[in-house]
Amino acid sequence: MADKVIYAMYGDDDVLKDGAKKLVSKGVKIAEVFSPFPIHGIDPIIGVKNTRLGIMAFLYGLTGLALATIGMRYFMVGDWPMNIGGKPNFTYLDNILAFIPISFEFTVLCAAHGMAITYLIVNRTLPGMPASNPDPRTTDDKFVMELRMSENAGFSESELEGMLKDTGMIELDQKEVK
Amino acid sequence: MHKEAAIREPLILGHKTYHDITEDVCRPIEDKAPKTWYILFAIAVIVGLYGVGCILYLLGTGVGVWGLNKTIGWAWDITNFVWWVGIGHAGTLISAVLLLFRQKWRMAINRSAEAMTIFAVFMAGLFPLIHMGRLWVGYWVLPIPNQFGSLWVNFNSPLLWDVFAISTYLSVSLVFWYIGLIPDFATIRDRAKKPISKKMYTILSFGWSGRAKHWNRFETVSLVLAGLATPLVFSVHSIVSFDFATSVIPGWHTTIFPPYFVAGAVFSGFAMVQTLLLIMRKAMGLEAYIHTKHVEYMNIVIMVTGSIVGTAYITELFISWYSGVEYEGYAFMNRATGPYWWAYWSMMTCNVISPQLMWFKKLRRSLLFTFFISIVVNIGMWFERYVIIVTSLHRDYLPSSWSMHYPSHIDIGVYIGTIGLFFVFFLLFARFFPVLALNEVKTILKSSGESYKNAPDDHHDAPSPEPAAVEETPVAEETKQENESSDESLEEENSDENNNDSNS
Repeated sequence: MADKVIYAMYGDDDVLKDGAKKLVSKGVKIAEVFSPFPIHGIDPIIGVKNTRLGIMAFLYGLTGLALATIGMRYFMVGDWPMNIGGKPNFTYLDNILAFIPISFEFTVLCAAHGMAITYLIVNRTLPGMPASNPDPRTTDDKFVMELRMSENAGFSESELEGMLKDTGMIELDQKEVK
Repeated sequence: MHKEAAIREPLILGHKTYHDITEDVCRPIEDKAPKTWYILFAIAVIVGLYGVGCILYLLGTGVGVWGLNKTIGWAWDITNFVWWVGIGHAGTLISAVLLLFRQKWRMAINRSAEAMTIFAVFMAGLFPLIHMGRLWVGYWVLPIPNQFGSLWVNFNSPLLWDVFAISTYLSVSLVFWYIGLIPDFATIRDRAKKPISKKMYTILSFGWSGRAKHWNRFETVSLVLAGLATPLVFSVHSIVSFDFATSVIPGWHTTIFPPYFVAGAVFSGFAMVQTLLLIMRKAMGLEAYIHTKHVEYMNIVIMVTGSIVGTAYITELFISWYSGVEYEGYAFMNRATGPYWWAYWSMMTCNVISPQLMWFKKLRRSLLFTFFISIVVNIGMWFERYVIIVTSLHRDYLPSSWSMHYPSHIDIGVYIGTIGLFFVFFLLFARFFPVLALNEVKTILKSSGESYKNAPDDHHDAPSPEPAAVEETPVAEETKQENESSDESLEEENSDENNNDSNS
């Protein structure tokens, strides 16, 4: 389905934020905001939910801890009980103090890498991916708000543009997308 | 926008706009490299190649080319390993611990400090690998199924803990650093004009577009990674100190080692950051972002950690006497008055006395003095490791085994070579990577930038019909600020802010 997208460019993050507040209060749906740095407080205005990556990191960490425990129990107690200075490991608990450093390191390793890989995949930011920001200046000092006509069926194009112009934007652009 | 107290010094000097920040950071990457860069790079490559040559000779001949003997089985190599790992502690401390404490001054220095960390840990990792003598069987330190009667690595050994600690630290620091770099690579990508650099930065930036949801995830990932990296920083050098503390050699067998090593690591790491940044800010024209206040903050960290190190030295001395163990007592007497007295007293002077000079505000705000002290501290910290390792070993329990350690020219060549290689990496980083965290520095412009701090009002009041005018006419803005009285009270500011909040 063909859709029309309106891009409104702003020169300041706070102007965009105030503009977004006004538009949303009038019932306009803002599809996306492109910015060169995180605009604090924009997420609840345009309805972006908080990410759950933190929970994922915790789960990856638990996986790492479990793997380290199972692995070290197998290597040091099960498969080949090492006898060091007449002190063999009969059970894992006997010698748990010596296993704490690696348990900790492996937990951190799995949590950090698991989360980082998940982050890159859910963002669709992987090596060689094409950029999708509407204007190259949005990674420098400009901020762009994206409105989709299909999501704002209650407004006509000129109505939307009129409202955008009242919010202090500096440039307006349109694009047909599939 | 939350405004800082007016009495705090601004972190970004001058009247910068968002675009100015981009320009200032990207210009050195986009322009032709200055001649000094090529000269420094050539020197670093030559020194580095000499080190590589020494390593190849070592691998071809054997570890016998080092100045070790049957009493001193550990000396130069492990000293350099601990020295480099210590230096590698500042970067992640700055970006992780200071992020959790919401220290905004970290944003100007975290990127290059982290780069330094990663390169320093590379250099550190080299030493245990070449110490194996047979580099190609380095993978034997990993617990992998094998043909030797399923013989596993020893998980009770601090040396194996070290393998896990260093590799976790290196890879997590690398990921933390790269995730912060992606949006900045996107900035360079969108500015690049030459096809080759455009292509390179497109690949490096992973197609980053700066969507609101991505920024939301970015901030969570940074925070969680900082939370994970913080205990990691402290664990790594604690584990390095276990290499010594779990043995029964007098002078090593002490419980004070982990905190003392961590403090020493942060101490030397910050000194190295000072050495590099004081040159970099000048060479790359970043004086507005890394200025006296940043240097002063880092000097305070050096002073605090230096004092912890000094306290640890004195505690160690006291305990060696108070414990009543004659071997311990002798080890410390021998350090101070034995044949290595000069190493001990260089360490004491460099690490205990020099950081105390930072109590003087004038000295800790002096860039030249800071540069001098940063070099002194790094020399002192190298001697600290040398003293701990060599003086504890060279007097064995049997006086017939007493010996001295003299480094061979291969020992020295490998060490000097790693310094060369380190600078090769750092110079390449400074040439092709954004040395300032662009996206982070932009977020503090309004709260800590000079022009915004001194402005009478927040800039985000009701949008004017021409919002871009503020940026287009910086001259008018400047004159406006100069007319304002400089001693505006805090209360006025607060009430202004409240008004704005209620308006919006």
